[in-house]
Amino acid sequence: MAWAVFICLTVLCIGSVLAMIISRNQAHNALFLVLSFSSLGGLFGLLDAPFAAVVQVLVYAGAIMVLFLFAIMMFNLKRNPPGGRRTLRIVLTGGLGLVLLAELLVAGREALGGGAAAAHSRDPAALGRLLFTDHLYAFEITSLLILAALVGALALAGRKEGT
Amino acid sequence: MIPASAFFYVAAALFVLGVLAFFVKKDLLTQFMAVEVMLNAGNLAFLAVAKALGKAEGQVVVLFVITVAAAEAVIGLAIIVLIFRQRKSIQTDGLKDLKG
Repeated sequence: MAWAVFICLTVLCIGSVLAMIISRNQAHNALFLVLSFSSLGGLFGLLDAPFAAVVQVLVYAGAIMVLFLFAIMMFNLKRNPPGGRRTLRIVLTGGLGLVLLAELLVAGREALGGGAAAAHSRDPAALGRLLFTDHLYAFEITSLLILAALVGALALAGRKEGT
Repeated sequence: MIPASAFFYVAAALFVLGVLAFFVKKDLLTQFMAVEVMLNAGNLAFLAVAKALGKAEGQVVVLFVITVAAAEAVIGLAIIVLIFRQRKSIQTDGLKDLKG
């Protein structure tokens, strides 16, 4: 049963990223990514990380992708001009992708090679305790980072045309 | 019971697809989405290793990565808006100002 869910979610996730690579319409790309990130949230849930799964669906599939869709609507893009000679680029990228994939597979086999999954607390309260004790400084710095990003985005894009 | 290494392999495939999308696509917005795919693959790998080692630290890292990705999306989209205002296009082929 778990395997069936895992395979469905994996096919959905990877298939929609592939569809994003093939499609040339930005709005469709963003919607494919929403699908992909939602199914990735399901995979997080299968990994005994319910809080990360919920945050993934809310923040990534919800907030960030809606931001992308707003940007796409704002740009009012013309249809993409048909791209000339992309074969060299695609061949080189394919080579790079193969090498990278082989490297990651070897790394995964070395690091995780068939070790049984250890017992693992899946309870969000333990996660919160860890976040607010051991990692408190990192958490506070994150809030500063968000504030800086807000101010920076306003300073960059909030300016009027002439100034 | 699904082994954690299966999730790790999915994360590897997703990361490679993100790299491919980044290099094949030619408009800034889609390339930026490819970066988000790579960040998500990293998150999945963190959770897989956290499960294999039985530690909750991986989930903490994932929360931080999602927060930083949100900040990064805001700044990146602001920069893309600026580029679009100046050039009326977001195709990366037109960005050749640094070519001497």
